[in-house]
Amino acid sequence: MDAFTTLTGLVAPLDRPDVDTDQIIPKQFLKTIKRTGLREGLFYDWRRRKDGSQDPEFFLNQPRYQQASILLTRDNFGCGSSREHAPWALLDQGFRCIVAPSFADIFYNNCFQNGILPVVLKASDIQALFEGVATQDGYKLTVDLATQQVTTPQGTAYHFDIDPFRKDCLYRGLDAIGLTLQHAPQIGEYEQRRRTQAPWLFQDVK
Amino acid sequence: MAAQTLFEKIWNDHVVRAEPDGTTLLYIDRHLVHEVTSPQAFEGLTVAGRSPRRAAAALAVPDHNVPTTDRRVAIADPISAKQIQTLDDNCGTFGITLFGMNDIRQGVVHVIGPEQGFTLPGMTIVCGDSHTSTHGAFGALAFGIGTSEVEHVLATQCLVQKRPKTMEVRVEGQLSPRCSAKDIILAIIGKIGTAGGTGYVIEYTGSAIRALSMEGRMTLCNMSIEGGARAGMVAPDETTFNYIKGRPMAPNGALWDQAVAAWRNLHTDAGAKYDAVVELRAESIAPQVTWGTTPGMVTGVDGNVPDPSTMRDEKLRQATERALEYMALKPGMPIRDIRIDKVFIGSCTNSRIEDLRLAASFAKGKKVAGSVHAMVVPGSGLVKQQAEQEGLDRIFKESGFEWREAGCSMCLAMNADVLQPGERCASTSNRNFEGRQGAGGRTHLVSPAMAVAAAIEGHFVDIRQWS
Repeated sequence: MDAFTTLTGLVAPLDRPDVDTDQIIPKQFLKTIKRTGLREGLFYDWRRRKDGSQDPEFFLNQPRYQQASILLTRDNFGCGSSREHAPWALLDQGFRCIVAPSFADIFYNNCFQNGILPVVLKASDIQALFEGVATQDGYKLTVDLATQQVTTPQGTAYHFDIDPFRKDCLYRGLDAIGLTLQHAPQIGEYEQRRRTQAPWLFQDVK
Repeated sequence: MAAQTLFEKIWNDHVVRAEPDGTTLLYIDRHLVHEVTSPQAFEGLTVAGRSPRRAAAALAVPDHNVPTTDRRVAIADPISAKQIQTLDDNCGTFGITLFGMNDIRQGVVHVIGPEQGFTLPGMTIVCGDSHTSTHGAFGALAFGIGTSEVEHVLATQCLVQKRPKTMEVRVEGQLSPRCSAKDIILAIIGKIGTAGGTGYVIEYTGSAIRALSMEGRMTLCNMSIEGGARAGMVAPDETTFNYIKGRPMAPNGALWDQAVAAWRNLHTDAGAKYDAVVELRAESIAPQVTWGTTPGMVTGVDGNVPDPSTMRDEKLRQATERALEYMALKPGMPIRDIRIDKVFIGSCTNSRIEDLRLAASFAKGKKVAGSVHAMVVPGSGLVKQQAEQEGLDRIFKESGFEWREAGCSMCLAMNADVLQPGERCASTSNRNFEGRQGAGGRTHLVSPAMAVAAAIEGHFVDIRQWS
């Protein structure tokens, strides 16, 4: 996983609450057995008009947002299905950071597994950022994980919270499984204790 | 010891170690695997040269992508076929038990776990699927995970987790006749909203919950995620033990007695505190119908589609307008005037034998309206077999319903069972997002009884007064 330290990038605004993972990447793109190449499916239905042609109004079809690496959106982003194809598709499009007032739990977790930083800010601060994007072409934010700050082109800085453990893993780009495997002896001790306490939990599935 | 909630007891039993900031390495007892969210996890293991820590703690089944038509014919979609073949291959390589597509035990992953006695009280259970919350009906801590975490569990039998908060949802009283667990959970989501449970594990309590069968409790816990909660749970009781006893993977003999004795402690102690409490009266719950594009956009069948022009909150008004436009509904129109084209009875929410018995009892001797196409997709091969032994398939077919093979089917429309653009469906599934059942399709979530009545009348009817 790529580390996330600091990012200065173009901001793309998706001004809708409750964006679910079925919209982020519809089912027909879940048949893949790969993690890559999912950009094509990102917001597939929303990118298109009813006749199937590309909708030039949709934010990701606008030239000014083509190189965006920060997605600005509203409450409960990533709700619904647990499909990790959603962060994979966003990553494939170039997004490394998503800024919203709130996220759905599973999606929030999935971001950290893929080197994407989900940033939670107050709804009023999010509103201010939407207004900033609307009024300035080429609007960029700087997201600094070490200091936990999002800074606007005008120099306004917003602080965000993040679990210290998650922050450390993302900042250093650590392999989560490798970290857990360092505790293999402790896992073994746990299993031994539980096997005595609750042996039915260890019946083989067959 | 201090009074504990059910959740706290299970959580504490599974802590392997904790970081200073409370981040916990949580032991996972059981792992369900399906074809859509696992290929990249197995690939990850292979690339890193890792093997499963306890392959015998996992059970795999293809369900999302399988056809619900004749299985003797090759799958028409080569990409679907490859994904299913990949699951078969991975299970062979890594030594994981698989119920293949032509195994009678094959079915929707959240139907087969309980059916086999794989799902037991007090367990931690995960699956790369958000509806893993279903298994909480047994007093287990069960939640959906992403593919990276699927790989993590395979490699370590653990997950790194931050402890969630607890929410009690208490439903006291008696449901109206013909109302069901589906109506309870839709009413709860209507009350707390689609993000109301975010960050929480819900425990459902109260006399109306205790009165539910295991099937009903599974329907309830299944849709916890639609209220934002990764997990929902019901404390196990005699109903639970009676359901599990004698199932193929359940403990038996002395081990059964030992397990049941332990399971009797799995309840919230008197005096234990939840972080939040929500209360509903069962009597106040009408048969529910969603009118919009999130499960929280829901009302009673005796209600009307909301009118955005009366809404003061600008964001709410915009979201409502957009939903009504997508759903092609007029503000203020009675729910009962909504005409439907398709009916889907199935999914991990409502495809168990009790759901099918109930649906058949309403369909018996009646005909599906000429303008409606209706299908029943049993939750597993064993549910299908049981239903056929009871003659339910004949009742459905005589009424004009299609009777299919087991799978996820039109709940997410990954296989060939898809709504066409503009088609309107009464569905017993769990999500009414835009395009969920097919691009441009319009979904109304309802209970099995409401779905049957809508199939027969061609529009929604109040099942309480329907004859």
